[in-house]
Amino acid sequence: MLRGFRHQLNSSTLQPGELQLRIEDLQLSFGGVTALFNVNLELHQSEILAIIGPNGAGKTSLLNCISGLYHPQKGRILYHRDGEHDLTRLRPHQIARLGIARSFQNIELFRHMTVLDNLLAGCHVHMRANLLASMLYWGPAEREQIEFRQYVEDIIDLLEIESIRKQTVGALSYGLQKRVEMGRALAMKPAILLLDEPMAGMNAEEKEDMARFILDINEEHGVSIVLIEHDMGVVMDISDRVVVLNFGQKIGEGTPDEVRQNPVVIQAYLGEDRSVFPFKMAVNNTSNRG
Amino acid sequence: MESGIFHTTYQSDMSLRRTHAQKIRIILFLLFMLAFPFFANRYYLTLANQVGIATIGAIGLNILVGYTGQISLGQGGFMAVGAYAAGIMTARMGLPWWASTLAACLVTALVGAIFGIPSLRLKGLYLAIATLAAQEIILWTVTHWDAVTGGVDALVVPNPTLFGIQLNTDFNFYWVIWALAGLTAILTINLFRTRFGRAFIAIRDQDIAAEVMGVDLFRYKLLAFAVSSFFVGLAGALTAHYRSIVTWERFTVDVSVLYLAMIIIGGLGSVTGSFFGATFMTLLPAILTNLGRALKTSLPFIDSIIPFVQQATFGLVIILFLVLEPEGLNKIWRNIKDYFRLWPFSY
Repeated sequence: MLRGFRHQLNSSTLQPGELQLRIEDLQLSFGGVTALFNVNLELHQSEILAIIGPNGAGKTSLLNCISGLYHPQKGRILYHRDGEHDLTRLRPHQIARLGIARSFQNIELFRHMTVLDNLLAGCHVHMRANLLASMLYWGPAEREQIEFRQYVEDIIDLLEIESIRKQTVGALSYGLQKRVEMGRALAMKPAILLLDEPMAGMNAEEKEDMARFILDINEEHGVSIVLIEHDMGVVMDISDRVVVLNFGQKIGEGTPDEVRQNPVVIQAYLGEDRSVFPFKMAVNNTSNRG
Repeated sequence: MESGIFHTTYQSDMSLRRTHAQKIRIILFLLFMLAFPFFANRYYLTLANQVGIATIGAIGLNILVGYTGQISLGQGGFMAVGAYAAGIMTARMGLPWWASTLAACLVTALVGAIFGIPSLRLKGLYLAIATLAAQEIILWTVTHWDAVTGGVDALVVPNPTLFGIQLNTDFNFYWVIWALAGLTAILTINLFRTRFGRAFIAIRDQDIAAEVMGVDLFRYKLLAFAVSSFFVGLAGALTAHYRSIVTWERFTVDVSVLYLAMIIIGGLGSVTGSFFGATFMTLLPAILTNLGRALKTSLPFIDSIIPFVQQATFGLVIILFLVLEPEGLNKIWRNIKDYFRLWPFSY
């Protein structure tokens, strides 16, 4: 346990490099619009996997499938932790219980709570006290709150948000809110952390901070990270592997260098000749679907 | 932040009363509440008891509406469940008042959870209509299920006794009501320091994020309905024992709206606010009545319009509140506290 962490942050039981998440032939459509088509993906323990692609490529849809907000029509999502779990049909809170945490593209914090309460709310799945003991705030219930306060303080320390711990989240700046949201995901003691554009709308300094936090979480605590990000500089610098999506299909995969050289990827990004695609999906280019 | 106060343990930093001012305020409040019945006359004691019951009911409703964000127009119905359950168990089955009260709370919690099921699919105005249906269904059942509730006839409940003392005066009942109101407040405040309360607030603020954090929406929404209804049932049961009579007219949809007004004026998502709102909404009609009586003697010709003026004033005050201080009396109270906390360097 590093940096004086009093609790294990990473709840995974796997060794680095072991297969952690496998996505098989994932297919998702909304009515006639295909958001994901035959996507295959593997994530290994303690890896940083970046998912890139133009707007509407299906990046956020993929994340939503993993965290159970969308249920794909076809394909499977298999997750390894004390055995194999099929996430495909589970509900979001069950997936959270298995140690998959995430942040959102548009910040989805509990706006009226303080930073501390947001982080403690993130500890929800690990708290055990029953309703009656909680209402009496007696014995084990109080001890549990103090124990998780310690844990949450370690996260506050890691993310350097000590000065705002008692402020209401709604009043914080955008960059700080992003940080708190990541903290809330860490409070879940995740085995996999899904980050949806953690650096969107940040200036260079804030991006550097955020990149440093992501690397800390990954290198010091061994948490696997799936990252959606548009800033190619950051993506190429921090990720171990990059997957490129376009129109719901995987068009490239590899180390940052391999992806950079990949002609299909270059074409997708520069928007030149699209005839290189095996076939073209009819997709509306709606940006919010990611 | 107050200067000069340093917490060296998480336990003391997480305690409810963290500063001397807070401790002094709560002691003064307790002293006032303890001394009040010895100085008040019967009229003021009646009002105090009504405020106490309303406080319990308002806290219950606030758990659901203010904290969990599930709007409910079923308050009157749930109070009716508590009142009738307590009344029937004491009057017909001979249970002591405290046993029937506890049982009534549990029954109401169950009924609340059942009527909370639509909340899994419905939000906002749609849920308001669904809970309005609950209100009407409950009241219809109460007035038509003659064999159990006695139908539209009043249900007479014998006077309760505690440690051999007849609780037949406002003075004696004051202690019971306010002890339970205090207990309700403490239990609720504690609830929102733990995972259950945080899950409730999380559902209100951002339900999808709450679900992704591991909160089972199904379970926790129903739990919010159950916990809320438990206290609402307590308010209903106390009404039955305090009034010694249960009639359905006391639990119409007007009551639901009145309680919603209480928590909005007092402050959504706040126990203190529930208390302020309950006090305000109970005392305002009393003040207006007394004012009307005073006016009647000096200005006899306006006698006939006084009831309408009272209604209009009542509505006007609520509107003014919503416009001028949407966060309610609790916000005003916070502003006052902040003023003195920062005085004389309020910049």
